[in-house]
Amino acid sequence: MSSPSILIEPQDTGVLLVKFNRPDALNAFDDEMSYAFQDALKNAEKDKAVRCILITGEGRGFCAGQDLKSRSITSENGAVPHLGESIRKRYAPIISRLRNMEKPTIAMVNGVAAGAGASIAFACDLRIAAQSAKFIQAFVKVGLVPDSGACWLLPRLVGWGRAMELALTGEAINAEKALDWGLVNRVVADESLQEEALALATQMAQGPTKAIGLIKRAMNRAMSMDLDSYLEYEAHTQEIAGRTTDYKEGVAAFMEKRPAQFVGQ
Amino acid sequence: MTITQTPATNYQYILASREEAGAGRFIGIVQLNRPDVLNALSPDLMGELVEALETFDNDAAVGCMIVTGGEKVFAAGADIKRMAEASAVDMLLIDQLARWDRIRKLHKPVIAAVNGFALGGGCELTMMCDIIIAGENAKFGQPEINIGVIPGAGGTQRLTRAVGKAKAMELILTGRHFTAQEALDMGLITNVVPPELTIEEAKAMAKTIAGKPAIAVRLAKEAILKAFDTTIEGGLDYERKLFYLLFASADQKEGMAAFMEKRQPAWTGS
Repeated sequence: MSSPSILIEPQDTGVLLVKFNRPDALNAFDDEMSYAFQDALKNAEKDKAVRCILITGEGRGFCAGQDLKSRSITSENGAVPHLGESIRKRYAPIISRLRNMEKPTIAMVNGVAAGAGASIAFACDLRIAAQSAKFIQAFVKVGLVPDSGACWLLPRLVGWGRAMELALTGEAINAEKALDWGLVNRVVADESLQEEALALATQMAQGPTKAIGLIKRAMNRAMSMDLDSYLEYEAHTQEIAGRTTDYKEGVAAFMEKRPAQFVGQ
Repeated sequence: MTITQTPATNYQYILASREEAGAGRFIGIVQLNRPDVLNALSPDLMGELVEALETFDNDAAVGCMIVTGGEKVFAAGADIKRMAEASAVDMLLIDQLARWDRIRKLHKPVIAAVNGFALGGGCELTMMCDIIIAGENAKFGQPEINIGVIPGAGGTQRLTRAVGKAKAMELILTGRHFTAQEALDMGLITNVVPPELTIEEAKAMAKTIAGKPAIAVRLAKEAILKAFDTTIEGGLDYERKLFYLLFASADQKEGMAAFMEKRQPAWTGS
């Protein structure tokens, strides 16, 4: 029996470590892995015990994107490959869930993140990268358009000019430059990546999860709203946050000058 | 003066309650309550719903009503199990959908507060309401085509009048679901809010309406609904006569006097 393409390692801190596990292919996506990853995210979203999702790759790479040897994208007998369907069924649900699930998601980029693999890192709420990590939007080199949300996510992360540079040249950008551009939040030595990433994820997992979810909702909304509509929306989100147990605890802890013990509700 | 009726509390499939709206006014709230079957609209449930709404409609202290399915789901459709083996004659004789028509005859405004699925009969029920407030997670749809029928409680008529022919055709012929935002963009619904606040937003709006002069509210609703089944000429005539008629109400005298005296009006609903 072959090993599972996605490894799921729950931590007792509320962090769920999710690993791409096709190390021989630099964790490139075949059909099976894309659906297994969708399921992992869906279950993590439902599971109340999970309060932060940390995503990484087994072996040398983070994720090399679509496996070009995989059947679903090659044309057989000269038939037209339906890449649109592949995007709709396999990648769009991943990006949509990462952006919309009301729990923090962190990409722990341990090596190369290419194509859809890079896009998945961009779709996470935070990115922490090893010094040896690289990001490549290689789509243009094989005659394709950056997918898995890249053309939507990249300009929002690094601005129009740099997003265009990455998309049009298809050249790799190293961790140092990615940090300089704001493409990643933190860069750490390769050997301390897991420790640092788990610490950051644990901090998130011990946070006020409902409020963090509302922050994500508000940021996502704000991207497509005018200021006045957003200010009204903000009133809604704060109304909801104001009723959480964690808000009561947060204020009490502040008054009593002690660290807050959030339960995520 | 005001006759206060409280709805029977022995409903099996719904929860009905009144909530104060200030100044002696109330709103009536009906929650569909068959969560184990996603609030499937069985004849029994619809019977209770219609009865509760009619009771509120006859309760002079109630100024506006809300129909909701609660936090998770509005109504995922009719009770298909009960219909699967029925013959055309059975359906005609039982004519369970006729009961739904009574919702249309209510005089007071009804607000649908929709979270989660509002499919088939559930979608049609929202469209029978006068105002629709939906949570961001709401999913609407008329999926009847997928089980070999078509909408039977007004879907082809009300959806078409709300969003136009081409969009209604697409939605009813493909049977696909559509989101709250899409419904808002199409003009099918009133407002989209975070799902945690759907019922509260509906209550706030219902209380605002309950605080307006009751006869004017009733005639405004009647005039707007007239727009759907008359010519523009006929509708304008109708509106004008209702406008003139309101000058026979005490609240018109009070409203205009209060306006000129720069004070808050004290409505009597007469």
